[in-house]
Amino acid sequence: MKAYVGIDLGSTTTKAVVLDDAGATLGRGITNSRSNYALACEVALGEALIAARFGLLDRELAAAGMPEAERSRRLAALGLRFRGRQYLAQLEVFRRIAARIVAHDLLARGVAPVVDGMLDRMAGEARTLFAEGASRKSDFFRDLAGSRFLQLAEEVSRDGAAAFDRLVGVFDKAILEVENTPSGAEDFGTHARAASADLEDAPDALRRAVEAVASVPLQVASSVGTGYGRQTLPFPKEQIRSEILCHGLGAHAMFPGTRTVLDIGGQDTKAIQVDDRGIVTSFQMNDRCAAGCGRYLGYIADEMNLGLHELGPMACNSSRPVRINSTCTVFAGAELRERLSLGEKREDILAGLHRAIILRAMSLLARSGGVANEFTFTGGVAKNPAAVDALRGLIRENYGEVAMNISPDSIYTGALGAALFAWRDARRGEEAAA
Amino acid sequence: MNPSAAMKDGSQLRQKEMIAEHYSRLAHSPHTGEKSVYTFVPGNLTELVRSFDLLPVLPEINALQSAMRGKSKDYIAIAEKLGHSEDVCTYVKCDVGMKRSGNLGPTGEHLPDPDLLLLSYTGCFTFMKWFELLKEEYKAPVAMLHVPYQAEGRITTAARDYVVRQLKESVIPKLEQVSGRKYDEDKLKEMLARSSRAEDDLVHVLESAKHRPSPIDAYFGGVYYIGPIFTAFRGTEEAVGYYRALRSEVDERIAMGKGPVTPDGEMERERFRLVVEGPPNWTSFRQFWKMFADEGAVVVASTYTKVGGVYDNGFRHDPERPLETLAEYCLGCYTNLNLPTRVDMLCRYVEEYGADGLLVNSIKSCNSFSAGQLMMLREVERRTGRPAGFVESDLVDPRYFSAANIKNRLESYFQMIEQKRAGGAA
Ligand code: SF4
Repeated sequence: MKAYVGIDLGSTTTKAVVLDDAGATLGRGITNSRSNYALACEVALGEALIAARFGLLDRELAAAGMPEAERSRRLAALGLRFRGRQYLAQLEVFRRIAARIVAHDLLARGVAPVVDGMLDRMAGEARTLFAEGASRKSDFFRDLAGSRFLQLAEEVSRDGAAAFDRLVGVFDKAILEVENTPSGAEDFGTHARAASADLEDAPDALRRAVEAVASVPLQVASSVGTGYGRQTLPFPKEQIRSEILCHGLGAHAMFPGTRTVLDIGGQDTKAIQVDDRGIVTSFQMNDRCAAGCGRYLGYIADEMNLGLHELGPMACNSSRPVRINSTCTVFAGAELRERLSLGEKREDILAGLHRAIILRAMSLLARSGGVANEFTFTGGVAKNPAAVDALRGLIRENYGEVAMNISPDSIYTGALGAALFAWRDARRGEEAAA
Repeated sequence: MNPSAAMKDGSQLRQKEMIAEHYSRLAHSPHTGEKSVYTFVPGNLTELVRSFDLLPVLPEINALQSAMRGKSKDYIAIAEKLGHSEDVCTYVKCDVGMKRSGNLGPTGEHLPDPDLLLLSYTGCFTFMKWFELLKEEYKAPVAMLHVPYQAEGRITTAARDYVVRQLKESVIPKLEQVSGRKYDEDKLKEMLARSSRAEDDLVHVLESAKHRPSPIDAYFGGVYYIGPIFTAFRGTEEAVGYYRALRSEVDERIAMGKGPVTPDGEMERERFRLVVEGPPNWTSFRQFWKMFADEGAVVVASTYTKVGGVYDNGFRHDPERPLETLAEYCLGCYTNLNLPTRVDMLCRYVEEYGADGLLVNSIKSCNSFSAGQLMMLREVERRTGRPAGFVESDLVDPRYFSAANIKNRLESYFQMIEQKRAGGAA
């Protein structure tokens, strides 16, 4: 079957969305962008294609008459086992690479059996790691394997089996290569069969569906790339679209009533106006300065020794937000320290800082033509509750009551827009040929 | 001006020679005894100055030339050390820094100190401050010509008479004093007649962009075309010859159906036709131009090429009314027009030149140009129904040229036009 792909190569994460022949979303994938953009795309696309097959599984099971609640329960269970299988496959890749690294390093040779032992333990834990209800901080292999490997390294070094630093060194070298080696994660059939075998109570219908879906050839009929690193994508020029257009179209697809889109990402902020077909009619974006972008919050988080995701909730506890006018990223730290030394509370300062970046966005919104109608907020900052609150308040103050949408899948907005462009392009090509 | 390698047309070489000659004449003026007058491009009085055999020097042109030759960054740093803030017009800082670095002109030759600062005040308040600084730097006398803003959207008799009176009562006496010559109206008239001939040819060249494909780029290429007429050459035989030659070159391009010359050679396919408002960036001029050329975007009309004076509304210097015509010229330059007039002009360009839309390059340090630009953009968009785009840069401060940011916006804008053309299908 034909698939239409959109890829959004961002500065921190790379997203892919796969659409079916009817232009409906089949699957989504995400990975960290790493230094190798081409690979990041490959991985994100691989993930999205797997997700697409899960989408097909769902359709298959529905056709076989399985009720929706059961479908979603069974597919969730299968998905977890599937991830576990992928994790194991990547651990094996890691083992191979680590063995080679250790063999080439005279001083590290002694640690070979230690590393092997650690990896055995990690493989043994995979089941629990991907058990129902188990919590994982992240689904990226680097994070998952990394945190456990370091814990184990501490443990074995305490016992004197190998020096901690040496083990960390092996991990750091190996993980880079692992990330640069396609994991075969897209090998749906193998993992899905193994995963369904792992499930004790898998009904026949599920096994049959897995077989059916594994044999469907998914052919990428056309793809469009967008995002910060889009110029580096191995696509011809006609298949590259600006993020602004993709965000406009993506937001329109999610919320057809949207006329204004605000996207606050790590590197830039864009205010976009679209018409009733999702076509961009005007836009404004920040100039060369990062003030008012997600990056600014990143600096603040570093300065406060907090995780980026902790900032918003903390700011939400403020009862008396501090008024802050400057959003200069470079001076953010100084401003913060000064306020703290004046005895202001952390949450009040943070609330002020959130409001300040939203004020910058308000200016871009105004310059792009204002907010007249339904409004959609996208980008990483749309996940930050304090930023959302500040925006909601300022929109109301300036433009009155307008509906504001934030999709839980908003991180895929650009990729979705790109995929829709791919789909439309292919359609047009077909129409021209007909 | 500094023609790029790709622009080796006869007219370009000729222009280069003219400019080199002028700078060398300035460099030798301390020996030849020729005197110089510093003045501004908008509403310049070149014919009048040259009728006294005085040599015009244009600090704005020196600044942009310095930027094209990569020198402005250091000059600006010097001016900032002297206490000029980051927000001061970068032309001014570049000029002040150049003076403090030995006043070497763009060709590396020494520029003479001014014998007179002719302050033709048109639309930009910075002009006054700028020459106030130069007055201190050089201890030179100032002749002020106050040109009233066209607030009502037309040149009133009162405004024209007011400018003429200043010419008679203050500017001409100062020029007489500095040059040691009497005002020679016949000579001035001859020059104005030559101006008018050159202006006819220039307008012909600029309007050639109405053809498809346009044989010229009326912004990036356009700044070369306006070089001689807005600087030291209007009213001279050289300028007449230059514009004659340029006109026939352009006619030839039209006859052969050729597109404009760009930094990478001839443009093969014209994909977008744009009207541009705002000055170009000079520090990354070629890179900026390439961002258009690479996408097949041609600028078919620009307002920047009207800063010295607007000719495509029919204005020509009229030798029969020498002082009145000079007054009207000053009053009519682009920066002296009110916003509704500018909007009208932009809408007319979009329509007459068959443009896909309007693009604004907003200049960080030029308040004179930037004020009202977004309002103009919205209005043009509304009236023409064609999409508008907005980028930001600076004249001569390289710190304000963010290539990635500008490229991103330009590409988005071009794709927006494309999408609109396809009626939403693309
Ligand atoms: S502010 Fe603008 S118009 Fe005024 S002198 Fe500077 S560059 Fe020229």
